[in-house]
Amino acid sequence: MGELSRIWRESDHRYRLIGHVCRNCNTVYFPPRDICPTCHRDSVGKMEEIQLSGKGSIFSYTVVHDAPPAFRRQRPYIIALIKLDEGPTLTAQIVDTKPENVSSGKRVHAVFRKIREDGSGGILQYGYKFVIDEPPKA
Amino acid sequence: MQGIVSYGSYVPKYRIKPEEIARVWGEDPDNIKNGIFILSKSVPAPDEDVATISVEAARRALLRGKIDPKDIGAIYIGSESHPYAVKPTATIVASAIGADFRMFAADYEFACKAGTAAMQNVLAMVDSGMIKYGMAIGADTSQGAPGDALEYSASAGGTAFIIGKENVIAEIKHTLSVTSDTPDFWRREGQPYPTHGERFTGEPAYFRHTLSAARGIMEKAGTEPKDYKYVILHQPNGKFPTRAAKTLGFTEEQYKTGLLTPYIGNTYSAAMMNGLSAVLDIASPGDKILAVSFGSGAGSDGFHIEVTDNYEKMDVKSAPTMAEILSNTEFLDYAVYAKFKKKIVMGEELE
Ligand SMILES: [Zn+2]
Repeated sequence: MGELSRIWRESDHRYRLIGHVCRNCNTVYFPPRDICPTCHRDSVGKMEEIQLSGKGSIFSYTVVHDAPPAFRRQRPYIIALIKLDEGPTLTAQIVDTKPENVSSGKRVHAVFRKIREDGSGGILQYGYKFVIDEPPKA
Repeated sequence: MQGIVSYGSYVPKYRIKPEEIARVWGEDPDNIKNGIFILSKSVPAPDEDVATISVEAARRALLRGKIDPKDIGAIYIGSESHPYAVKPTATIVASAIGADFRMFAADYEFACKAGTAAMQNVLAMVDSGMIKYGMAIGADTSQGAPGDALEYSASAGGTAFIIGKENVIAEIKHTLSVTSDTPDFWRREGQPYPTHGERFTGEPAYFRHTLSAARGIMEKAGTEPKDYKYVILHQPNGKFPTRAAKTLGFTEEQYKTGLLTPYIGNTYSAAMMNGLSAVLDIASPGDKILAVSFGSGAGSDGFHIEVTDNYEKMDVKSAPTMAEILSNTEFLDYAVYAKFKKKIVMGEELE
């Protein structure tokens, strides 16, 4: 049940990319943090929820060929470090593309996808993944 | 005056062609292609389902309408492929868009017309003053048994409509439903694939209900086919809606914009709603639209819709248009398609 509690507790920030901003130094954190690691005590009571845009760019990435069983239908899959426009960096899967289309610096946006299935009878876990922005059509 | 305030659609990127399916099952590809008039159908990625498709469509509708999710008083989702047998997709969508805790929500089921049944329900709630805005979604990731005729058409996609009284871009002036107990298509609890009563699918099911609802709406509105700029009918394949539209007296000019099944297949609960979304992308104030869904089992929901002057104030391109959605595609072969759709069973411990 510990796993289920965690999924439930994290659903707000995983579903909607809700982060925290420290109103003392204006740094944005994702996942949310209760205390700003820079301002410590000065950030108490100054951490506010912030809706992130889900827009950012690929900082670096890796192509995973040795996939765990649950990801075998998606093999090879791409895991990237994404720098969000608001500042924070997060790790997420890049979907709907092939490894040869991925490169650092490419613009991406968040999408809502299924993250994990707990067998055929367990809970379905949803959250953010990223898709490369379509270049504007000429 | 109540009607559509905003709308958003989502169709997965992947496609498969009927020739490729026919190749595997040893059928004549030309026969299939011409028989159902489907050139390709959409396929969801392994991490896409009705919840993810609904969330994307819902977010696009909020974006296009510049609507605060806290103002959404109801979410109803029609589908025959909800990810859970028990646990509403509406709960996941409400959370993912950041809707309020105090809200009406439920999942609907009526084969391919569950999404339009949700539209009627939300419309009535808006009309009665129970809610300011309500969201009705039709979404599906339908399955046909491997080698079955339905495998050539069953596809995936979704559309969300936000319905309200303020800033209405398309007024829903009339709606009605017809319903009968018809054994054309069903799926028993726990069964992965549906069964169809072959001799019932055409005349007694699709045509009887769709034509009756269309004629009923025109009678109610005092209109004739020539009064409409666009007509959208449920589209299980490319052939049925074309024949039904012609039977009613509509021309190709009127039905072609809303006919998407030849390119994306039958998106079930989303089929008519996707067509309406494509029409709204290019509509003009004053346009009259006739839209009729059909759900096996069986029934049809008819709508008489008129585009308002408010339409000009909406930035249609602030969310992906159907033309944009349809231009971003990647074709799969049957093996990858079978892997994506879990037609290849890997065993419980591996998933
Ligand atoms: Zn700080």
